[in-house]
Amino acid sequence: MSGKSLKAALASGSFVVTTEVGPPKGADLGRMREHVELLRDRVDGINVTDNQSSVMRLSSLGGACLIKELGGEPVLQVTCRDRNRLAIQSDLLFAASRGITNVLCLTGDAVVVGDHPDAKAVFDLDSVQLLRLLGMLEAGRDMGGNKLDGPAVFFKGATVTPEARPPGPQMLKFEKKIEAGAEFFQTQAVYDAEAMRRLADRASRYGVRILAGILLLSSAKMARYLNKNVPGVFVPEALVEELESAPKGTAKKKGIEIAARMIRVLREEKLCAGVHVMAIGAEELVPEILRQAGMM
Amino acid sequence: MKVITRRKSRDEILSMLEDYARIIIVGCGTCPTVCRTGGLPETQDMEAALAAAGKLVTGRVVVNAACDASRALFISQAGQSLEDAQAIVVMACGLGVQSMARFDLRPVVPALDSMFFGIETGPGAFEEICSQCGACILGFTGGICPVTSCHKGLLNGPCGGTNEGMCEVGNGRPCAWTLIYERLEKAGRLDLMKRYQPPAGRTGRLQPGMWKLTGGKEGSTS
Repeated sequence: MSGKSLKAALASGSFVVTTEVGPPKGADLGRMREHVELLRDRVDGINVTDNQSSVMRLSSLGGACLIKELGGEPVLQVTCRDRNRLAIQSDLLFAASRGITNVLCLTGDAVVVGDHPDAKAVFDLDSVQLLRLLGMLEAGRDMGGNKLDGPAVFFKGATVTPEARPPGPQMLKFEKKIEAGAEFFQTQAVYDAEAMRRLADRASRYGVRILAGILLLSSAKMARYLNKNVPGVFVPEALVEELESAPKGTAKKKGIEIAARMIRVLREEKLCAGVHVMAIGAEELVPEILRQAGMM
Repeated sequence: MKVITRRKSRDEILSMLEDYARIIIVGCGTCPTVCRTGGLPETQDMEAALAAAGKLVTGRVVVNAACDASRALFISQAGQSLEDAQAIVVMACGLGVQSMARFDLRPVVPALDSMFFGIETGPGAFEEICSQCGACILGFTGGICPVTSCHKGLLNGPCGGTNEGMCEVGNGRPCAWTLIYERLEKAGRLDLMKRYQPPAGRTGRLQPGMWKLTGGKEGSTS
């Protein structure tokens, strides 16, 4: 899986796997480096989150540079929450200058849900405008219409929530993102293959590549928390019960099994171009998920 | 339209008055009266609170509209009580406080925090629905302002934090984009929401805003 760009991997038609790492809260990159070294040859891309959940951490750009230095394929997550159009453009030009081309455009969580709730939220751009901005930089102009010294090249990504409620507004925005130039999508965590089937049907006419979000469940408690608190994430009751009935101390093992099973279904039924595996702090478990899914 | 205001705590107001013993209180007969933050009864409460803290209240005045008051009228209304005061406690919005500061060189002390421009949706309930952004797109959004009513001010549809019509920030706030979608869907005009909205142009409303009517027709920034 190594050595190929994410774009090339998605174009090849093989089932693609990406994952993600969260940069440290602090300047010590030791643990992140371990995770990157463990994963870089086993996946087609590693996302670096951008102050995820509005919790301040080392920058996604810094994390993406580390992955590049270590020979991995970074996917730079860029939110609209913390930077205005000047800052976003300079960061993107820097990324391009370092060969960091995969950019996942996100709105960003609300500032108030994070650990600096009094910070000023920026949102000078939204995710659709950010996607169009990438196209402008590729065409050699900045947002002010000024000519750039050397155009940038990007592989433009965006997100979609397959099970958003209600679905209408989300699907309308999904289509606006495609029109704005999105080439690949990562979905919110999905546990229902039927939801992915519906999205795949909808996406088939546009030719965009979709990576289904696979979020590792570590306990029945976590599954219930997701159902109660995370918009657009629905863990079916059968899975919650499966986690609950796992013998003491083996819930995480069960969660790995569930994730692997979902990947197998998605792959066998060709419901998406690949998966994006999120282990949230337990990145060392990703290889085992992939092994059980028959991906290694 | 009203400027919605909230009372500052007694301690915060007193901390700004540390160096002053003689105080005049100015209330406002317009928005703060409706918000019950700076009308006649509230100026009376303020007088009692300042007196209890050992201050000498030289007088109390409730002007018709602190933002639009005439200096001459204010000076004549306040009379000797202004002359005798060392500081002016203004129970009005930021417009009112600054108008008073332009009228008189005595230090002004705000007794309220200005929250937003809003409409009254029920007795004592106010809602912010316009942010005076200077680039109105209500014609594309079913008459609901996403710049104001979407927590993030998004222009092209909802974020992933929307759930069952509610916003991720909670506190009973609806998702503006779900409301916009539903309204346009009913009107058969979802095409309006599908249209790309470019990033806000901000130079048309340069801060601080200044505006002049010219020839009674179109205005211009100056």
